Amino acid sequence: MNDPSLGYIFLDACLINNFVLAYFLGICPFLGVSGKIDTAGKMGAAVMFVMLISSVCAYGIHAFLEMINAPFLQLISFIVVIASTVQLVEMFIKKMSPALFRSLGIFLPLITTNCAILGLALFQTAKGYGFLECIVYALGAGAGFTLALILISGLREQLEFADIPKFARGTALTLIVAGILSLTFMGFAGLGS
Amino acid sequence: MSSVVETNKSNLPSSTDEFIKGLWKDNPVFVQVLGMCPVLAVTNTAENALAMGLATLFVLLMSNILVSLLRNFIPKQVRIASYILIIATFVTIIDYVIQAISVDLHKSLGAFISLIVVNCLILSRAEAFASKNGLGKSALDALGMGIGFTFALLCLGAVREVLGNGSIFGWSVFADSFQEWIVMILPAGGFFTLAFWLLLFNYWKERKV
Amino acid sequence: MSDQAITSSESRKRSLHMLKAMVGIGSMCALLIVFTYESTLSQIKENKAEALEKAIFKVLPEATASVPYEISGGELSIKGEEATTNPVVFAGYNNANELVGFAIDAKGQGYADILRILYGYDPEEQTVKGLYVLESKETPGLGDKIEKDASFLSNFEGLDASLNTNNEIQNRITTVKSGEKKNKWEIDGITGATISSRAIGEIIGTSSLELVPVLFNAANEPSVAQKPEL
Repeated sequence: MNDPSLGYIFLDACLINNFVLAYFLGICPFLGVSGKIDTAGKMGAAVMFVMLISSVCAYGIHAFLEMINAPFLQLISFIVVIASTVQLVEMFIKKMSPALFRSLGIFLPLITTNCAILGLALFQTAKGYGFLECIVYALGAGAGFTLALILISGLREQLEFADIPKFARGTALTLIVAGILSLTFMGFAGLGS
Repeated sequence: MSSVVETNKSNLPSSTDEFIKGLWKDNPVFVQVLGMCPVLAVTNTAENALAMGLATLFVLLMSNILVSLLRNFIPKQVRIASYILIIATFVTIIDYVIQAISVDLHKSLGAFISLIVVNCLILSRAEAFASKNGLGKSALDALGMGIGFTFALLCLGAVREVLGNGSIFGWSVFADSFQEWIVMILPAGGFFTLAFWLLLFNYWKERKV
Repeated sequence: MSDQAITSSESRKRSLHMLKAMVGIGSMCALLIVFTYESTLSQIKENKAEALEKAIFKVLPEATASVPYEISGGELSIKGEEATTNPVVFAGYNNANELVGFAIDAKGQGYADILRILYGYDPEEQTVKGLYVLESKETPGLGDKIEKDASFLSNFEGLDASLNTNNEIQNRITTVKSGEKKNKWEIDGITGATISSRAIGEIIGTSSLELVPVLFNAANEPSVAQKPEL
């Protein structure tokens, strides 16, 4: 079997199989992030950071569980690690930069229920990635998530000025735009092969 | 004294109210817009939608019951962590149960069974309702929300399968000459179909007002 | 002073209470999970074995029984329960316990994700025949034609996998552009599903290059040609 190169893993997670637009992970913050590019960027950065840490921990946990032959504890351990990581990151940001903490607000604790992070841990385990591959995968996924967020919030900012019937505004419109974005990203398939 | 009791009686939601609200008025998908990840991902066929809905219903019901039972034992500071532990447990359980029932079904639903654990819907019901209400009401709440959720999933799954595959639950609906709208089975189709249902829902709501 | 003492002992009690609650809930959850795991384990194993057998018989229609082998160092050995990184093949036997062919497990990168397939090899005719897609995430309606398109599947009625005098595959199996198939070792690709159909050719080509020589020789060994007693 031809092992995918690191560059391909990154491209795959970021563009070809974008976590939000292809796998539907991380939709809640995706829909909830109000049309501001600024917040989107910060949220994306926070998510990428948590993804990196969770990815490394997930790799370790998986190896450990294999050793003690308890694969059924995988889900619980993953989610506990993710929740703790988010908690730590929250405390860290609060101490380091209270301004950033305030501007991120409710989004930080919501990262715990961000399907993208758990999805990342589950996918990389299913694909059997090695340590380096996990890191690159996490970076790609985080970059892809941030990219999708920024694109959507940019588009929403523009749409604020458009004349749209009342019942179509808000979530419904975001979803339609997301659908079109998703179709566009399908054009990346076959990249790098 | 008696008048106070009477007002209380008419304001408290009855058991049926707790159940019904999840179906329409507070529908998790169309109104609360919660738990979207699985909604878009596994509704490419009606069968997957149904299975996913029922699996979520199981987890929702069991965790609401357990959280309600333990609500006086769980200290406030660790309540979210405990809810997550409990939810993750039932998700792991239903994951193995599905594997035992059908390998094919498990393959189509894939990682999204595990992702039920981060379905904001379940956590929000545990926090907003089960932690504050008795066993019976919490169970009804879970049932109502779960059925409402499954109903919403089915709406999406049915439309996507009919348009994207010309079938419903595997049964052919159109003649062979029907040119399927492949886009419906693709991720983009998920976004479009949900948007369509939301539009319809909001339009209805507005006309009623 | 006494107020501080009360608060610190109270906070200790609270922390202890929190710890007890978490540990209590954690253990209860773990117990529930272990119980479910143990109860469903045998059923799940049975399901997986059944699904695999179904796939093998699809690829080797004359077979009524199958035996798993792993290949290491050019030799076949019966595969046990443990997982292995060696290539795995399934030998198919008919009712007379004669070898009818091998079902080979192979995987590679498709269009969207990894493709995992089972393909058949007939050592007597020296052909690859039969294709069953085990795992695929190809685009529905396009890439998934490799599983459904009748004319693509008819490619696998007998792909030439003959060996030359050096015990190597004479002509590597490969996918060609749709309609351009001229030789018996070529697979006619699918227009509109080029990458997926090319991936199948690539997967079979690479796998057969490595395994067919080994299997051809093994088929002549009496321990493999006759169904072994397990």
